[in-house]
Amino acid sequence: MRVYVEVALRGFRRHATYRSAAVAGAFTNTMFGFIRAYVLIALWQARPQLGGYDVVDAVTFAFLTQTLIAPVAVFGAPLELGERVRTGDVAMDLQRPADFQGWWLAADLGRALFALGFRGVVPLAAGALAFRLDLPTEPHVWLAFAVSTLLAVVVSFALRYLVALSAFWLLDDRGVHAIAGIAAMFFSGLLLPLVAFPGWLGAFARALPWAAIIQVPADVFLGEHTGAGLAGALGFQAAWAVILLALGRLVTAAAAGKVVVHGG
Amino acid sequence: MRAVDRISFRIDSGEVVGYIGPNGAGKSTTVKMLTGILTPSAGHIRVAGLNPVRQRVALARRIGVVFGQRTGLWWDLPLTDSFELLRHLHRIPSARYRENLELFTELLDLGAFLHIPVRQLSLGQRMRGDLTAALLHDPRIVYLDEPTIGLDVVSKAAVRSFLAEINRERGTTVLLTTHDLDDIERLCGRVMVIAGGRLVYDGSVDGLRGRVNAERTLVVDLAAPAPRLDLPAEPPGARVIRVDGPRQWVAFPATASAAPLITAITARHEVVDISLREPDIDEVVRRLYLGGLRSSAAAASSVGDPSGTDDPSETGGRSATSAK
Ligand SMILES: Nc1ncnc2c1ncn2[C@@H]1O[C@H](COP(=O)(O)OP(=O)(O)OP(=O)(O)O)[C@@H](O)[C@H]1O
Ligand SMILES: [Mg+2]
Repeated sequence: MRVYVEVALRGFRRHATYRSAAVAGAFTNTMFGFIRAYVLIALWQARPQLGGYDVVDAVTFAFLTQTLIAPVAVFGAPLELGERVRTGDVAMDLQRPADFQGWWLAADLGRALFALGFRGVVPLAAGALAFRLDLPTEPHVWLAFAVSTLLAVVVSFALRYLVALSAFWLLDDRGVHAIAGIAAMFFSGLLLPLVAFPGWLGAFARALPWAAIIQVPADVFLGEHTGAGLAGALGFQAAWAVILLALGRLVTAAAAGKVVVHGG
Repeated sequence: MRAVDRISFRIDSGEVVGYIGPNGAGKSTTVKMLTGILTPSAGHIRVAGLNPVRQRVALARRIGVVFGQRTGLWWDLPLTDSFELLRHLHRIPSARYRENLELFTELLDLGAFLHIPVRQLSLGQRMRGDLTAALLHDPRIVYLDEPTIGLDVVSKAAVRSFLAEINRERGTTVLLTTHDLDDIERLCGRVMVIAGGRLVYDGSVDGLRGRVNAERTLVVDLAAPAPRLDLPAEPPGARVIRVDGPRQWVAFPATASAAPLITAITARHEVVDISLREPDIDEVVRRLYLGGLRSSAAAASSVGDPSGTDDPSETGGRSATSAK
């Protein structure tokens, strides 16, 4: 177990070596936070109480999700694994006496922690200075949000892991990554909160794993879920995490068993 | 296509075996099968008593691997970070870890760059880092796929003496793939040659010279310039290949003795000095590669000394390899 903690630590530290990238990322995320906030303000002034949010909820949603973008990395940089499969460097990873998926998960959790701590807090802090935001006041909501964010990162990892593994068959995961990014943008709620999706489309989108990445942690933060509803929301995320991680393990076994390792 | 075909060998504990062959011969493919990251389509492999594919993780604790063109180090972090992680990965006892790191730092001269991020290291420095990483956990077997690629002479020498020392002191079994025949001559008691996916030679380095129609050369310095030397009938095939003033070069089959030739020349001519040149191993290997490629295209006239075929559990059919 200790080795995975050490891997996570290194995942954190290696991203910490790219400070200027973190600063640039924080700046961009914040800028887009303001743009999205004004778009949502316009929308909610036209349609007050859309999806059960008021305008303060909508603005909070805009900044909070800008905060989550980097840690859950939905359309950010793909897992390095895909590139390593493409170049054959994965040969070095495959001959480590450790769980392959667990290793990459640990590294990604380290990355996410850095992204949240050093990049993600900026948009939310800036939003709180410029607007009135609906920040949780009760400690247990913060705690639930922390758990929900962790689960969001795990679900996001499990999806990106599958994308990366596709490189074993497709030689290159970049096409799949681009498609997965568009799906994530739309179905996570980042483009428009899923609560605002009408009828069956909304219900469908809220059942997909991408909802677990952005929409669910945001709703937990906004206090939309309480009691059994909260347990259900976290359970929904945990269920997708388990399903997708298990799928990842199956695909890993299939890849390791029969697929060529590129490069001499 | 078949990257390797009907390869069969056995390596005993503590051996240092060179594995050479032209580009695309199947060397890296063999190494990947031996580590369990490639599954042979047919045949049978055992390494340290384990089935590499099915027991890949257990095997990984007992072996070390260097793929010269790749790195297992954390690119953005100092070397020590990667080493520390290996300590946890292989659960190396602290005292042993410190001892090893100290020794390797000395032998491979790592001291100056242990704390520099790997991405800032030169190729040779990084390679020495990767070698250390492969050996920190005292593996019984190491596979080195071109560990001296792109290294300068000083680094190459350091790597060679390091490997020799590890093999001598710890009895580590080494399978060394290289295009640098000096590596083979200096380190390996045994060499296997693969060409076109077939093993075309397996035996000693000296035996390799005798294997092809290699020639040795006598360099004869006469007291004064003279016409071509008058050579004896023994050994057959001896002939003057070059004349330059008082110096003449006499080629003869590498398998023949030089003694009668020297006796005859010194009896018939006034000789100042004589020296003997062994066949150039590069030349030997070049001939062997060409011959190997031809014979594997023609079909089954392969395999030199099939050492170990006495043990059926260690050998196999197509693309089977074993190491112990
Ligand atoms: N991933 C792959 N897919 C298909 N063929 C491959 C693959 N990797 C290697 N080969 C083929 O297998 C053969 C053996 O390749 P291998 O990498 O084992 O050669 P090598 O002996 O290590 O050569 P080199 O000295 O150039 O490193 C080559 O013909 C190569 O084209
Ligand atoms: Mg190779």
